[in-house]
Parts: sequence; C-alpha cells; structure tokens
Amino acid sequence: MATKSKTNGSAPFADAPINKSLSADDKIALLREMIRVRRFEQVALTQYQDGKMGGFLHLYIGQESVATGTISILGDDDHVITAYRDHAHALAVGMNMNECMAELFGKATGCSKGKGGSMHYFAPDKNYWGGHGIVGGQTPLGAGLAYALKYQGKKGACLCYMGDGAINQGAFHESLNLAELWDLPVIYIIENNGYSMGTSQERSSAHPEEGLAARAKGYGMAWAQIDGVSLYEVRAGTQEALERAYNESKPTMLEIMTYRHKGHSIADANAEKYRSKEEIKKYMDEHDPITFWKNVLIAEGHITEADAKEITKEATKEANAAVKFADESPYPNVSEITDDVYWEVDNNTEAGRTGRHFFG
Amino acid sequence: MARKITYREALREGLDEELAHDDNVVIIGEEVAQYNGAYKVTEGLWDKWGDKRVVDAPISEAGFIGMGIGASMLGIRPVMELMFYSFAYVAFDQMMNNAATCRYMSGGLINVPIVVRGPANGGTSVGATHSHTPENIFANMPGLKVVSPSTAYDAKGLIKSAIRDNDPVYFMESTVLYGQEWEVPANDELENGELIIPIGKADVKKEGTDISLIAHGRAVITSLEAAEILAAEHGINAEVVDLRSIRPLDEETIIDSVKKTHRAIYIEENKPFCGVGAQIASTIQERIFDYLDAPVLRITSVDAPAFYSPPIEVEQLPQAKDIVAKALSIC
Ligand SMILES: Cc1ncc(C[n+]2csc(CCOP(=O)(O)OP(=O)(O)O)c2C)c(N)n1
Ligand SMILES: [Mg+2]
Repeated sequence: MATKSKTNGSAPFADAPINKSLSADDKIALLREMIRVRRFEQVALTQYQDGKMGGFLHLYIGQESVATGTISILGDDDHVITAYRDHAHALAVGMNMNECMAELFGKATGCSKGKGGSMHYFAPDKNYWGGHGIVGGQTPLGAGLAYALKYQGKKGACLCYMGDGAINQGAFHESLNLAELWDLPVIYIIENNGYSMGTSQERSSAHPEEGLAARAKGYGMAWAQIDGVSLYEVRAGTQEALERAYNESKPTMLEIMTYRHKGHSIADANAEKYRSKEEIKKYMDEHDPITFWKNVLIAEGHITEADAKEITKEATKEANAAVKFADESPYPNVSEITDDVYWEVDNNTEAGRTGRHFFG
Repeated sequence: MARKITYREALREGLDEELAHDDNVVIIGEEVAQYNGAYKVTEGLWDKWGDKRVVDAPISEAGFIGMGIGASMLGIRPVMELMFYSFAYVAFDQMMNNAATCRYMSGGLINVPIVVRGPANGGTSVGATHSHTPENIFANMPGLKVVSPSTAYDAKGLIKSAIRDNDPVYFMESTVLYGQEWEVPANDELENGELIIPIGKADVKKEGTDISLIAHGRAVITSLEAAEILAAEHGINAEVVDLRSIRPLDEETIIDSVKKTHRAIYIEENKPFCGVGAQIASTIQERIFDYLDAPVLRITSVDAPAFYSPPIEVEQLPQAKDIVAKALSIC
C-alpha cells in the first residue's frame, strides 16, 4: 500500500519522478483539464433537466482527479477502457466537448453518431475503447486490450476502470486470473467512491482488511491503494503500475479512493438518503480534488485564485459552445438504424453481400 | 367502480401477498431492500418484511441467480429481481443451463421453483446494453416458462401464479408500463379472495371481427391504440389478443381468433429473427391455413441494437401507425 511522505513541506508525492518533471504549465494544464470535466458535466446536467437528452446521465463530479491523473501519464501505446461513468476519461484522452455533448443530445455529430448515449462513448483513434453499460463487462475487454499489446510486442498498458461495486462480477475475477496467469499488462483501477448506487461498499463487498485492491493478493497480483484527492498521488501510484506493465508485463490492481458528489445518476432520487448530508458536505468541502489541486498550485506559487476563476470561465464558455453545437446539429436519419451493425455490410464487401443480414 | 392502481403497485401487491402466503418466498436483487427498488417495485417491502425476506444483493447476477436456483432445489421460492432484464445475459448460464435442465437431467427428481423478474423493454433511451428483449431467447428453452404481462391486472395475477409455480418462470415487465394505471379489484371484491391468473392463458383484450392483432407486453397497448384508429378512421374492427404467457402458449385462443377474423398480425418490441411472432405465424399457418385470407404478418423493432437517440429510438420500435399501415395492407 502506498504511504504518504512529506518532504520539505511540499505536497505528498510531489517529489515522485513523474511529478517532479512537471512544469508549472503542465500543472496548470492538469487543473484546466479537471475543471473542463466538471464544467462539461455541470452544463450537461442543466441540459438534462431541460429535457435535451434521454436515458441516464452518470456524473463524475468529485472524481475528476482519477481519470485526469491516471490518463495524464499515458503514452502512445497505452489504452483506456471504462464503465458508463465515462465522460471524464473521454475528455482526458482528448475527445472534444462538442462531440461528447452532441452524443448526449442524440445528435448525428455525437462521438457515436447518437447511437451510444452517455454510457457509451468511444474513440479508438485516441486509444479509448468505451464507455460500457454492463457493470463489470469491460473488465475482460481490458485484459484483451493488454493481451493484444503484448502479442504485438508493444510496450504499452491498458488502464481498465471500474467502480467499487463492479468488483463483485464473476467476469472480473476470471479476468484477474487470466491477467496474472498470462502476464498481461493491464492495470485495473477501482474507482472507489464508496457506493454502488445506494449500496455502501461495506454492504456489497467482502474483502481483506487492507481494502478492496488487496483482493489481488489472492491472485498473487501487485496492488496499491491510493488517495484520489491528490493528483500527485494518483500519478505516482499509476506510474509504478505502468512501469510494472512496461518492464515486466505484469498486471496491477489499484484502488483509488474518491467520492461522487451527485447521485448515482440523475434519476437517483435517494442520493441524500443512503448517504448523510454531512458526509456529502464533508467530501465536497475537504476532499474535492479540484480545490485540492488548485490550492497546491497556489501554494507552489503557480497561480492565483483569479487565475483559477479565469480557467473556470473559459471551461464554461467551452461547455456552453458545445451545447450550442449540439443544439444546432441534426438528428440522425431513421435509415441509419441498420448502419454500423456489420462491418462487412457497411463496407459492402462480398461477405456483406452474401446472404440476408437483416430481417423484418 | 373498481379501484385503479399502477402496474408497479400491482406487482408490489402480488409480491407482498406471496411473502405473506409462503414463508419460503424471498425477494433478492440489487437495491430491492433499503433503496426500495431501482424502479420502486419493491418499495416498502423491506420495511415490512425485514432482512430475511427482502435482500439487497451485490452486483453479481450470475452468482445470486445461480444461488437462487440452488436454494429453490431445497424448497426456497426465490423471486429474483433483475434491475434490467438485459442483465440476465450476465447470468445466462445459470438461467439457461442450470434452471432449465436440472429437472430433465435428474430424470424428474429435481424441480426449480424460481422466479426471475424485471423490466425487458426498449423505448427509454438507455442504449443497446440496457434495452434487450430476451423473451424469445428464453422461451426457446424447454423447461423454462416466460410471462410478459401488459396491464396491472395481469401483472398482479401472473406474478402470484409465477411464484406458486413449481418450475422456473421468467417474468418480463416494462419500465414504460410501471407508472400506468388499470383497474385491479381489491381482494375483498373477488370471489375467492385473491387475484390469480393461470400461466398459459391468453386474453382477448378487445373483441373484433376483421383482423387479429396478436401481441405481448407493451406491444399489446400499442395494438389497442392501433385498433382504435382502425375502427375510427377505417371502419375496421380489429381483435386484440394478448398472449400474457409466451411459454406455455395458449394456442387455442389465437386459433379461435384467427378462425373468426381470417387475418393476423403479430406485434412485438422484440427483434424479428426467430421472434415470438415467428412461432405464432408458423402455428397459425400450420393449423388453419385454409382460414387465412392473407399471409400472417409481423411487426417488430427495426433489426439492429437499440439506438440511443430518443427520437430515433421511437421510430425503431413498433408504433400504432405501423400497425395501422400493415393492417390496411391486408384488409
Ligand atoms: C450487470 C449490471 N448489473 C447492474 C447494473 C445496474 N447498475 C448500473 S451502475 C450500478 C452501480 C455500480 O456501482 P460501482 O461499480 O461502484 O460504480 P459507480 O456507479 O459508483 O461509478 C448498477 C447496479 C448494470 N448496469 N449492469
Ligand atoms: Mg461506486
């Protein structure tokens, strides 16, 4: 398990090599990234309430340091896959707000052409493999992406994210065994926000005293628990796992402690019933990763409060522009319902023209 | 005037009555107890019945449904909630292999009185992973029963029968119907003091003479809408037959209806390939070919995974206008 050490009054883990190499601009860029995620989602929430989208909207607000921190240290051959709480990872890999907002609106200009919605964002060109709605369903895929990297001799890793509730799916346990048995460079990242919908972690998971990631011990797999409030700590912990993947082709299980400020989804009417108002307030006031990072940057003398406000203003402008873009974009055509089902049919190959593919 | 309750309340009443009726009935599922159910079907039941009878499960569908199948062999009557029936695919081996075949492979020594219930519908913009309609898939397997009520009345009567049934019953509901109200008599208005609807009995929801609109689940409601339009605008008197139970199947009610109307369309929100309508169409032409004045037609969802975009998904699913157009093509 990671331990905290303070050196010379600087924030813990600031001296880790992966953090020492950060310039002031890099650090400010990380703050901007987290604020962009938050503003995107806050604006999306108001649009949801205005009836601009359907289905579910799972917000990441409060957890921004996890996606931002872990993805900030990836290289060209590293890949990312996550569950349905997927907006932050999408922005972190470089998807733009326009395509993400348009997807929520179900528009043809959305990242999945309006076919996937909030839970199903994808950008393979940015090594982002979704966006998966079935709890735990992405975990074998994460092992598979790692398998392909290893098979093709690439020095890369797959970051596969899931919630604390997802660790109880059988597919995840099968994946852990495969990953360790076959030395797959996959990093399983449990985003432990304390709850799976209305069920607290205590009511859903049996685990060793040291935490959820310690289940890795049963598979002989390396693991660590990380305090997610600090980008420094998130980056340092992820870097260790990445090096294990690159140099030894070995998996790691990370548990990053975090908290979601909002309900499970917009439909979660009980968000203040299964958690006390005091608990939510405590996390918002004392463990907010954006406030934390902003204060680190102020303490280090890189920015002022006014600079942070300016960053927020810019992010708000960007999110509002994305709403305008989404609003003005056309809906898909009904004729597109049967597009993108079969590769062979879409590409009008011989195989795609042989036999009947669609019925009704 | 009989009282009106929602489909959701009807299910809850049925569950509550069966918890009272048999100590071996236990409700297990994600968020069914303390959270009162993701769709509030089980609201209040944990308060009333406590931890032993209403149990919150971790997100482990294969594990807890398989566990329920095992427990049912020793006489427990588990009623498992799937938050969405789409999640049955996580538990597919348990539901298809174990629940359906233990009886057969033991030469009839074992039976599996489990109910697995939850919403199996599209139309709510939750994307392909959450919009599966697997009634035809499970009905394909001998040993399983598949039920899909379209009204509050049927939901209550059928859930009670499902729980008392000694075989596995997969009970498929609709989130779109949960909030809709229908007349459901209170128990003291009923002759035998409770509402029980046998599994395997179809119901003629509207009598007619010119064409049979046969359906299950929410497609029944869409068919009733279409029947009104056909009557009002085209002078066509359609009969609407609700299967209620897909397996066992009430073939006689279907046959009697089509013998009278000579025309039939099967409507479902399922995909077309080997859909429920394919089975019904085959049955009709096999048994009463000479009565038919037109081929048996089918209306299904457009053949692709569910489209997220709300206005497009509406077009992907059967609408009254589609039924009207198809009916006019053969009337
Ligand atoms: C197989 C499956 N079961 C249930 C659900 C419904 N569901 C969606 S999210 C969720 C809770 C997941 O909690 P956790 O893994 O902790 O992730 P978080 O939402 O906290 O990010 C549940 C039960 C689902 N989508 N898929
Ligand atoms: Mg969680």
